[in-house]
Amino acid sequence: MKVVAAMSGGVDSAVAAARAHEAGHDVTGIHLALSRNPASYRSGARGCCTIEDANDARRAADVIGIPFYVWDLSERFHEDVVEDFMDEYAVGRTPNPCLRCNEKIKFAAVLDRALALGFDAVATGHYARVRTGADGASELHRAVDGGKDQSYVLGVLTQHQLAHSMFPLGDTAKPQVRQEAAARGLLVADKPDSHDICFVADGDNAGWLREKLPERVGSERAHRFSGAIVDAVSGEELGRHDGTFGFTIGQRKGLRLGNPAPDGRPRYVLDIEPVSGTVTVGPREALTVDRIIADRPRWCGSSPTEPIEGIVQLRAHGAEHRARIVVCGDRVHVELRDPAQGIAPGQAAVIYDGTRVVGSATIVSTERVGPAA
Amino acid sequence: MHDAPAPTVYLDHAATTPMLPAAVEAMTAHLGDVGNPSSLHASGRAARRIVEESRETIAQALNCRPGEVVFTSGGTESDNLALKGLFWSRHDVDPARVRILASSVEHHAVLDALHWLAEEEAAEVELLPVDRAGRLDVDALRTSVERDPGSVAVVSVMWANNEVGAIQPIDDVVAVASAHGIPVHTDAVQAVGAVPVDFAASGVDALTLTGHKLGGPYGVGALVLRRELSLTPLLHGGGQERDIRSGTLDMPAIAGFATAVEHAVKVQPEYAERMAALRDSLVRRVVRAVPDAHLHGDPANRLPGNAHLGFPDCEGDSLLMLLDARGIECSTGSACSAGVPQPSHVLLAMGLDDEGARHSLRFTLGRTSTEADVDALVEAIGPAVERARGARIS
Repeated sequence: MKVVAAMSGGVDSAVAAARAHEAGHDVTGIHLALSRNPASYRSGARGCCTIEDANDARRAADVIGIPFYVWDLSERFHEDVVEDFMDEYAVGRTPNPCLRCNEKIKFAAVLDRALALGFDAVATGHYARVRTGADGASELHRAVDGGKDQSYVLGVLTQHQLAHSMFPLGDTAKPQVRQEAAARGLLVADKPDSHDICFVADGDNAGWLREKLPERVGSERAHRFSGAIVDAVSGEELGRHDGTFGFTIGQRKGLRLGNPAPDGRPRYVLDIEPVSGTVTVGPREALTVDRIIADRPRWCGSSPTEPIEGIVQLRAHGAEHRARIVVCGDRVHVELRDPAQGIAPGQAAVIYDGTRVVGSATIVSTERVGPAA
Repeated sequence: MHDAPAPTVYLDHAATTPMLPAAVEAMTAHLGDVGNPSSLHASGRAARRIVEESRETIAQALNCRPGEVVFTSGGTESDNLALKGLFWSRHDVDPARVRILASSVEHHAVLDALHWLAEEEAAEVELLPVDRAGRLDVDALRTSVERDPGSVAVVSVMWANNEVGAIQPIDDVVAVASAHGIPVHTDAVQAVGAVPVDFAASGVDALTLTGHKLGGPYGVGALVLRRELSLTPLLHGGGQERDIRSGTLDMPAIAGFATAVEHAVKVQPEYAERMAALRDSLVRRVVRAVPDAHLHGDPANRLPGNAHLGFPDCEGDSLLMLLDARGIECSTGSACSAGVPQPSHVLLAMGLDDEGARHSLRFTLGRTSTEADVDALVEAIGPAVERARGARIS
């Protein structure tokens, strides 16, 4: 096959490209330029948008012996991922931009372009497996290395996207990937993993949003992001904050409450109300939910017609929860057999049948088992 | 499976061109020699002799005095030295001289140096318009100079443009500037060997050339600087080159450079004729294969080996990749460090919009180009354009 290997400059995508090449595919390395201003050399290079990362990807392609190009996806990335990220935070949700990037950029804009240019597939360094099922359809499965599994952020991929995707690292553990990189002479073998959101250079999401949101939503609205931190139990105002975007459901650290809660117990974010700017906090048990409503479903195969007894994962690297899933048009109702805590609207509910991804949907609201907030 | 490797069809001679075998010979003959050209002993004198003979060879080829040839590391250094050096020295003599006038289609080695001068040294940089063919608007230059001639430190206009090949009206530029005693610098990196370049007759005060664009080695070039002109150095040290440029001279590279310059200038008329004929054939045949393709710039007044073509609705970088996969090498314009294609400032200055600028490719011919190269391109271009048109990122 003719394969485009998306190469971030990190160790995983370099080894993935090398494996695809070694498997006999005609591989072309592509580095995606996602930042409008790739000028910075960032120490440690944890992201995916710097000149240093592009150079690392280029050197890996040299070592593997494949052609290499940079594709400028910065405009699309800004519209589909960065603006979406800002808009979601502006309405009090907690988005997952990596998932959006897979849905809209890597396995959409890049895949479409690759197919049009005569390629057959896009290979990435994600830890997940694509298998062909009994009916000939492509199935997405969890990686063998459960600790690195990234099927959650790939849960948005459709049958068409999966049929043209290759994840050469899905059956390997991360330490082996590093060893293999070293054995192959790839200089990125010891490069640190990326953790943060690639377009937030210093990892300070709230600071980044504080700077960017006013321009995005208009200063008229921006000043209303600030407001009160209110205790769900007593109804008292425990403090003030300068932006709802600094909070996510279930957060405990960084609340900076002016007054301690009357019962003296730690408080967690239960609710974010972006119009009034009110952040509601409460005791840990108030975070527990057992019903979730999600929308924008994406199915790996056809849309399920019957209720599913399966597993859901509600955040990246989060726990598995047994659940009954009922699809109702564009809405997905999830009844958790194992209650969950701190579930943030905007995150994806990814539905599994064993290790196989069935589909995903974006969490809209949750219901609580404990006392109403 | 892997396609059989195709022989490379190299159509990017404006980026760099193969070294002339005689230049390789002249250079490698001295790679093992010991002797710093600045040393006083016999080995030093022997090295110095090669440098000075090379300087004389270049001076003869370009019709300047040997003492006017200042060896540098190449085009970028020569441009920076000329612009910063002339700005500083002229401004030191008269602080009213704060303006620098240049065409808007200069190479980044000029534009970015000027940008730096504007940012750091309070220079007032005016980039002058060009016409649809990329040729400087001389009236605009005249108007700008005459508005306040005493405030102009230097004028810089390239001899020929690297992207679209437009040959600039250097005679007119010199006429306008010299009437007010303003020095003129020209970046002639693309011009030497391609069109007649006579330093003395041109009346320019400073001229940039580089080895690897004309069959010499990388990493060596020269600034030809009129003897009477003083200039503030960029690099301080041993003062090797007229106290204008310090650094131990790269004798073997200089020997190869001189051999290449001498040859390029000697064969320039026949070379230009052959390249222009081959270029015209390339343009004619590509347009026949892709009927809405069109030549950017002036069909006649351009570098003989330059064909810059627009391919509507077709991303240049997609097309480049598809051709590269077929072993055909060309360019979307000037290269960029991050590899991210930006719309060319040259094409934008010529009045193209962002899309028109991105939907184009540059093919440049050189000494080793043949009709067989054109055949290969003509065979590949039609299907490649069709495919690239289907692959636009909306």
